[in-house]
Parts: sequence; C-alpha cells; structure tokens
Amino acid sequence: MTPGLEHFLTVGAILFCLGLTIALSKRNAIGVLMGIEIMLNAVNLTLLSFARFGVGHGPVTGQAFVVFIITVAAAEAAVALALAVSVYRNRDTIDVDKMNLLRS
Amino acid sequence: MHPFLITDNWYDLRDLGNLSGRLLELLDDALPFGLVYVLAALIGFAASFLIFVLPSQLIVGVYGERKLIGRIQSRYGPNRVGPFGLLQPVADAIKLMQKEALTPKTADRALMYLAPIVFVAPCVLLFAVIPFGPNMVFADIPVAILYFLAVSSIPVLTTFMAGWSHNNKYSLFGAMRVVAMTISYELPLVLGMLGVVLFTGTLALQGTVLWQKELDIWLVFLQPIAFAIFFISASAELNRTPTDIAEAESEIVAGYLTEYSGMKWGLFYGMDIGYAIAAAAFGVTVFLGGWTLFGLEKWVPPWIIFIGKTHLFYFLFIWTRGTLPRLRIDQLMTFAWKFMLPIALLNLALVATERMFWIEQEADDSIVYAFAIINIIAAAAAVYGWSRALGYRPEETPLRPRLVSEAGGFVPLESGGEGAT
Amino acid sequence: MEGFGVSLAFWILTGVTLVAALGVLASRNLLHAVLFLILLFVGMAGYFVLLSADFLAMAQVIIYVGAIAVLVLFAVLLTPRAGRNNGETRMFLPALLLCGTLLAIILFVITDTNWAVADESPSVTAADLGEALLSRWVLPFELASVLLTVALVGSIMLVRSREEEAEDAV
Repeated sequence: MTPGLEHFLTVGAILFCLGLTIALSKRNAIGVLMGIEIMLNAVNLTLLSFARFGVGHGPVTGQAFVVFIITVAAAEAAVALALAVSVYRNRDTIDVDKMNLLRS
Repeated sequence: MHPFLITDNWYDLRDLGNLSGRLLELLDDALPFGLVYVLAALIGFAASFLIFVLPSQLIVGVYGERKLIGRIQSRYGPNRVGPFGLLQPVADAIKLMQKEALTPKTADRALMYLAPIVFVAPCVLLFAVIPFGPNMVFADIPVAILYFLAVSSIPVLTTFMAGWSHNNKYSLFGAMRVVAMTISYELPLVLGMLGVVLFTGTLALQGTVLWQKELDIWLVFLQPIAFAIFFISASAELNRTPTDIAEAESEIVAGYLTEYSGMKWGLFYGMDIGYAIAAAAFGVTVFLGGWTLFGLEKWVPPWIIFIGKTHLFYFLFIWTRGTLPRLRIDQLMTFAWKFMLPIALLNLALVATERMFWIEQEADDSIVYAFAIINIIAAAAAVYGWSRALGYRPEETPLRPRLVSEAGGFVPLESGGEGAT
Repeated sequence: MEGFGVSLAFWILTGVTLVAALGVLASRNLLHAVLFLILLFVGMAGYFVLLSADFLAMAQVIIYVGAIAVLVLFAVLLTPRAGRNNGETRMFLPALLLCGTLLAIILFVITDTNWAVADESPSVTAADLGEALLSRWVLPFELASVLLTVALVGSIMLVRSREEEAEDAV
C-alpha cells in the first residue's frame, strides 16, 4: 500500500500521544524533556506531511515552520537541561515528584 | 570529438561509473524486479572492497601508518612478518580474531555488543556521497555536505555507548570527553563549511568539484581558514593522536576502549582508519579539487587521482599523529571555543563580503584569484594576531578540572582542583 | 510517492520509530531511553526524506542527534546520583487514559476528514527554503535568533555554580 497523507498523519498522532504519555508520567525531569522532544518531532512530521501533500500554501511554508520548530526545540532543550542540572545541584534530585518545596 | 575526453561509453575505464550503470541497466532488463539492486549492492561492495577498502585499510591504513610513524620516531616499524613486514596487518587480524572476548560482569551487555556494530555502519554510509569520478558517485544528493556532517555525528554517540556500557570509571571519562569534544568542535566545523558553501553556492559534493574545475582553483586557496578548521576539527572528532584525549592511554588507560578485546576492539580500530579515510576523501573533495588535477583527469582515470589525493591527505593525519604530542582536555576545549570559533566567524564575515562584492559588481570569474590572495593574507594575519592577543597561556589562566569533579572523580587538591564533590 | 521502495521504507520506518518511542516509554534505564530517543530521531529523518524534505532531514540529524541528544546525554552524566531510573509517577494510568482518548479523537478526525491531496510532488531545495526564510519569514527568523541567544545566555547563567560566580566577582 502506497503511503498517503493519512498514513503520515496517523504516525504523527501516535507519536504525539506517546510523547504526551511520557511527558505526563515520567518521574525523571530528563524523561519528561524526552517526551516533549518526541511531541515536537511528531508535530514536525505532521507539518511536513501537510507541506508535501496539502494544497494551498505551497511546500515552502510548511518547511519554514519546521525550521522554526527545530530552533525552538533546541533552545528549549538547552534551557530545560540547564534547569535540570541546576535543580540537581540544589536539591540532589531531579525527580519531579520531589520538587515540592512550595507544598505546605 | 576529442579522443581524450571522457566519453559516456561503457568501455571507457577512466570512469567506471558508466560501466556499472550499463551493467545495472542490462541486469535490470534480465532479472525480476528488485533482485538487481541486491546484486548491485553485493557486486559494488565486493568491488569497492577489493579496489579501495582493502588497500586503504590494510596496506595504507595499518601497515603504512605504523611504518611511517616508526620512521618519524626513528624506529623501523613492523618488519618481521612477511616481506618488509607487509603481512603484519594480516597477522594482527588473525591474532585479534582468536582472542577471548571478555565482558565485565557489571557491564551493560546489550550496549557493549551493539556499540562496535553500530560504529561500522556510518563509515560505510559516508562513502555513498563521495564522488570518485565524473559519474562515479553512488548518491549525488543535493545536500551531500550536510549529509556528511550529519552522518559523521553518529559515531560519537556510538563511542559514548561503548564508554558508558562498561560501567568503568575510565571508560566513562572517555565517553564524557567524547561528548564534550563533539559539542565544541562541531561548531567551528559547520561554520567553516558554511564559508565554502557560500562560495560555491551548492551543497552537493559533485557540484563543489565541478565548481573548482570550472574556475581552475582549489578551495583550499580560497578558504585557507576553513581548511585548517576542517583539518583540526576532523582530527579531533576522529580521535587521532594529537587530540585523542578520549582514549588517552597515559591518562585514562584507553578511555572507551578499556574493556574491549578481540574483534570488538578490532572493529573500533579498523573503523577509526575508515573514518579517517572518509574524512580525507571529504576534505579532498571539498578543498582539494576532488577527482580533478588541472586537466590531467583527461589522461589518467579520475578515480586514481582521487584515491591518490585521498591517501596523500591521510598522510597529513599520520604526520600530525607522529609529530605532535597529545594535548590536555582543557587546552583542546579552550582552543575550540576561544580560538577556532571567533576565527571561523571572522572567516564567514569575510567570505560573505567577498561573495556579495562578486555578485553586486558582476565581476569576472577571475576575481577569485584576487580573493584567494586576500584570504590567504587574512588567514595569516588572523592566526598571528589572534594568537598574540588571545594566545592561551595555561600558567595565567589555570582551569579547574570541573568536568572530572562533576562526574564524581577524584581531583587532587594540589592541582588547583576543589576536591571531589 | 509511488513505488515499492517507498512503501517498504515507510513501513520499516514506522516500525522503527514506534518501537523506539515505546522503548523510551518502557525502558527502565534512563540511558537506554536516551538511545531509543536517538533511534527515533534518525527514523524521523527518514520520514523527512520520504516527504521530499532533504535539507530538513539532514538538519534533523545534525541538530537532534548531534546536538540535542548529546546535550541530554551530558545532562544525564552531570546528574549522577539522581539515579538512572526512568520510572513513572502515580499519574501513569491517568496519563495513559488521557492520551489514549486523545489518540482516538485524532485518529477519528484523520480518517473522517476528506483531505484535499495534491498530486504532484513539489520539490523544495535548500535554496528555496533559504529564500523563503530571508524574505517572507524574515521576522520570525530574526526572532528565532534572538530566542537562541537568550536561551544560550540563560542556560549558561543557570548552570553556574556559586564558586564560579564568586571567582568571577573578584
């Protein structure tokens, strides 16, 4: 079966939901970050499949959006990992369940 | 038609690409669908192995390197096995194969077995985009330079896998150094390549070669800074000796190779040479004119010119390996961030200006010779001025071995460290 | 988008990426999860090639595999006593339920919608993309560079330890 738009969108949706599951349920802050990266990748895939198959705006628009998403993902990863390292220095853990200083 | 031009005839052995293309067409008609590609892959693998990989890896790579380094260091090198020691690589391979493959009890077995295997694949992939001749390129993709940079970042992760899987302090240090070095050296490398791409206006390797052929100039003259940056960054990412801090025997035993033995170590060793030759081929293609040699390619088969140039470039790696002592990790990091990165940015600005001038003034193509002179002078001035102004003097700026202490290693207090955290 | 090779590549890539994503979810060891993540990134680059976005595929490998994955590995190494545990919190089942529902809704929308599909394969070269980025999208492009600078400075500030700050204050 020749893959069409629906196939790519389905893969993107499955990956997005897996990424969301990972981001919501992981205990380790770095694990949460990995979930977010998977979600961003799934969005990239969806955008590119629309750019390839869609009608209207032309393929360049979709690809330009993917460029921006990759940029933002890189910046986000750098800041998030810096946060993780910084939290680890102060609290000796990066378990998101134990980051509860504000809890009464 | 000129008798010495490369024709598209299949019997023109000066370009084997026509022959292989013709064979592929013939077989595609004769055989059912799909089978021909399997056959082509097998035949191509066997042929390239016999013509290129075997002589490069065993004769030039292992034997030539050991012999040359021996001569550089006033020793004989291998001279016992076979005539002139020529069979030494074969003997080494047999020895490696019958060695016991040890696995530490606490090692991560799956990763430890996977790492050498994954290490091999990118090396083979790298050669897919290298043009050996006018038609002799397996995949002339339009983003070949990016492809090369992308694929060559994968083995770094493999070396990390290898280092981490051993559950050994020294291996982990090696892995961490590899990771740190990659981040530092990828940056100036990409910036240097950007200068080249600005000039040629193409990301394809065949296009780069044709550009140099058309203008009768090698990019090494137009981009001396980029060439130097490429050479240093490549040798850093390949873990060749002046920069092989990831497997420094005298500091961290053998880094990520500590626990490997037998053929698993052999794969790493052999593929190190493979990556070095791939980097040499890339450098030759981008900077030294690829398969062209100022008109000689009409007489001599271009692939012979290319292979010869590649091995001469590889000789540069051997030369630096035999001559220079190993640097420390903080020296290497400082060199990448404080010296190469600013110079790469400066080079980029210079190239952009020149390119703009070229387009705006609609200047003749011979203006590249003026640019070449300007760039060579600028390179010399930049290196001299920068090293005078920001030269690295370790006694003035002692760096605390921060990475070591963060990884939980012991830092003796006398060396200026903070002690283990 | 025809041919046996494209279909084969698509299904192989689907298998690889889904196994990799499940591996990130299921593996107990954080390092293994990172390696599965890298496999996922490489599979994504394969998808990009199938969607005729060569430049972005290469950028994906360089940026994600060469930079982001390396950063993640670095963060894992710099937090040694935090445990290499990749376990889940108590919210795993609710999250799974939520995401399953979301997936069902999205899949329903995908199958239910009658997509207008272009037939011809548009080819975008790196030059086209660069021209679009520097003409139509020049403002977001500049904003992205500002964002990268801010992220650079911010992450450097975040990971500075107190000793380093004291050292620089002198």
